[in-house]
Amino acid sequence: MRFIFKTNYAQDINLAKHGGHVFWYSALMLLLVLAPWLIAEYWLAQLTFVMIYAIAGLGLMLLAGYTGLFSLGHAAFLGVGAYTQAVLTNAGIPFPVALACAAGLSAAVGLVVGLPALRVKGIYLGIATLSFGFIVEEVLARWESVTGGNAGIHIKKPVIFGWNLNTGESFYFLCLVITVLATLGILNLLRSPTGRAFVAIRDSEISAQSMGIRLAYYKTLSFALSAALAGIAGALYAHQLQFISPDQFNILQSVDLLLMIVIGGLGSVHGVFLGAIFLITMPQAIAISKDFLPAAIGQAPGLQGLVYGVVLVIFVLFEPMGLYGRWLKIRTYLQMFPFYRKGMFKRQKSFQKSDRLK
Amino acid sequence: MMLLSAQNLSVRFGGVLAVNNVSFDVQQGEVFTLIGPNGAGKTTVFNLISRIYTPTTGQIEFNGPQGVLKLTDQPPQNVAGLGIARTFQNIELFEHATVLHNLLIGRHTHRQTGLWQDLFFTRTAREAEYLAREKAEEVIEFLDLQHYRDAMVAGLPYGVRKVVEMARALCTEPKLLLLDEPSSGLNVEETEDMAFWIQDIKNELGITVLMVEHDMTLVSKVSDRVLAMNQGEVLAMGTPREVQNDPGVIEAYLGSVDDVSSLRRQAA
Repeated sequence: MRFIFKTNYAQDINLAKHGGHVFWYSALMLLLVLAPWLIAEYWLAQLTFVMIYAIAGLGLMLLAGYTGLFSLGHAAFLGVGAYTQAVLTNAGIPFPVALACAAGLSAAVGLVVGLPALRVKGIYLGIATLSFGFIVEEVLARWESVTGGNAGIHIKKPVIFGWNLNTGESFYFLCLVITVLATLGILNLLRSPTGRAFVAIRDSEISAQSMGIRLAYYKTLSFALSAALAGIAGALYAHQLQFISPDQFNILQSVDLLLMIVIGGLGSVHGVFLGAIFLITMPQAIAISKDFLPAAIGQAPGLQGLVYGVVLVIFVLFEPMGLYGRWLKIRTYLQMFPFYRKGMFKRQKSFQKSDRLK
Repeated sequence: MMLLSAQNLSVRFGGVLAVNNVSFDVQQGEVFTLIGPNGAGKTTVFNLISRIYTPTTGQIEFNGPQGVLKLTDQPPQNVAGLGIARTFQNIELFEHATVLHNLLIGRHTHRQTGLWQDLFFTRTAREAEYLAREKAEEVIEFLDLQHYRDAMVAGLPYGVRKVVEMARALCTEPKLLLLDEPSSGLNVEETEDMAFWIQDIKNELGITVLMVEHDMTLVSKVSDRVLAMNQGEVLAMGTPREVQNDPGVIEAYLGSVDDVSSLRRQAA
């Protein structure tokens, strides 16, 4: 059982709250750095995908989990980033510059999409972003002179100032660095006034406004940051796959992204990573299990969609806080052993506020 | 010294005249209370001051840090920065955050860092965090919230939420505090605590309080002046005792003697 005795405000402000955090996160970092020597190349590529999705997920989490604005068209930002990266890299522009452009253009598009968010909320914002997603997908397919249309586009290997990242390992390290930086950035935002303003808008707009928070500024900012992260993820995605086409950025991709943060646990940075791991390992697990299932089930089309749907329903019903919520319970059980009670995380139904259509 | 002055305020929602030609001045350092039956327009006046509504006619002047200015020209998000903080009748806290987090959000108008400093959590950002925390702790100390510091608002009882909301308003370091029914939903003991706190806010922190309240015991205990409203109009203004004895106020709450006698005749 761990008891944290607070004697300094720094203990609340620092990212690592106690020695346990320092130890475990250092261990995790060490493992990730050593991963290319520990696991096979195929699994290293999967780990790279986890990180790419986690970067996009961080953006969507900031928007949906912390600012309370849902986007059903987030794959479009991924697409904008991927295509910007592809076009610029093929034009011979070095990787860091191209990446900055991908993030910047995506953020600019996010700013524009964020404008309706100042007026519409909830399901209506969902519809607005959904249609935005369709528009971008269509643009990518039709603007053939730049995007290559439905035939797709090949992208060269990234080159950072003469250093050619042509192996899986070197690209893995690039993704690792970007993921760590993005995560630290988000964590920093969340422990400072900007992040608190996002949370305030999520929980009560009227009250946020009367605390002096400029709703328009922070909502647009949230959209822009979220889109920038999705843009970066898109750029890395393009490099990882080496070939992109418009149908990779369709509504299913948007739904996957949303599914990822909901299953991971809305409103937690851990949830992003747990969700990304889920999203990448699930198809693998299904593929492996196909060999053991009777042919009628194993070879049936749409097995993956069914499993995703069932898992989502189970989570919404039994664990609304997602994978991170489940982990929180296990951790609390271990920390408090043997004093954990069953009802500890039971959510109190509150009848003080009418359930407003958010 | 005049702190807030409302002049001929009227607001109309469609065919309803919610507030009709209301004028009053709030002096620096007093507790000024609005009373009146349900639907009298008290909360609407509050929403006019915090700029959630815009008056159809009339104006509000506020003697803020930059001298007297027209509040009605300001966008709603500027009101807190000028030194006016408010609480809500149906508690509007940030439910999925801790009490401390809520209070820190109250410090928003005092933020010293921009997006980039926050993103890299620079030394300035860290020092600003320490300062914000110290100020929040002062308020926690003042309102005895130490016990609830790290508790989620969503799990707190109603009475504590009321206090947390007041604490959050105090965190903005206001000159004028607007309390919308601070004692509604509180038991007798909590209401007495609330009365002490309102007096402390006025005497120790030197903050002027403008409140809407129904509990006349609390009103007469803490108020310097009372304004009674009915149907959007001013009925009476003066000390709590004067207003309570005003025939117009008595009529608004209890009905007139004629009404009663007419009822009696019908019954007979």
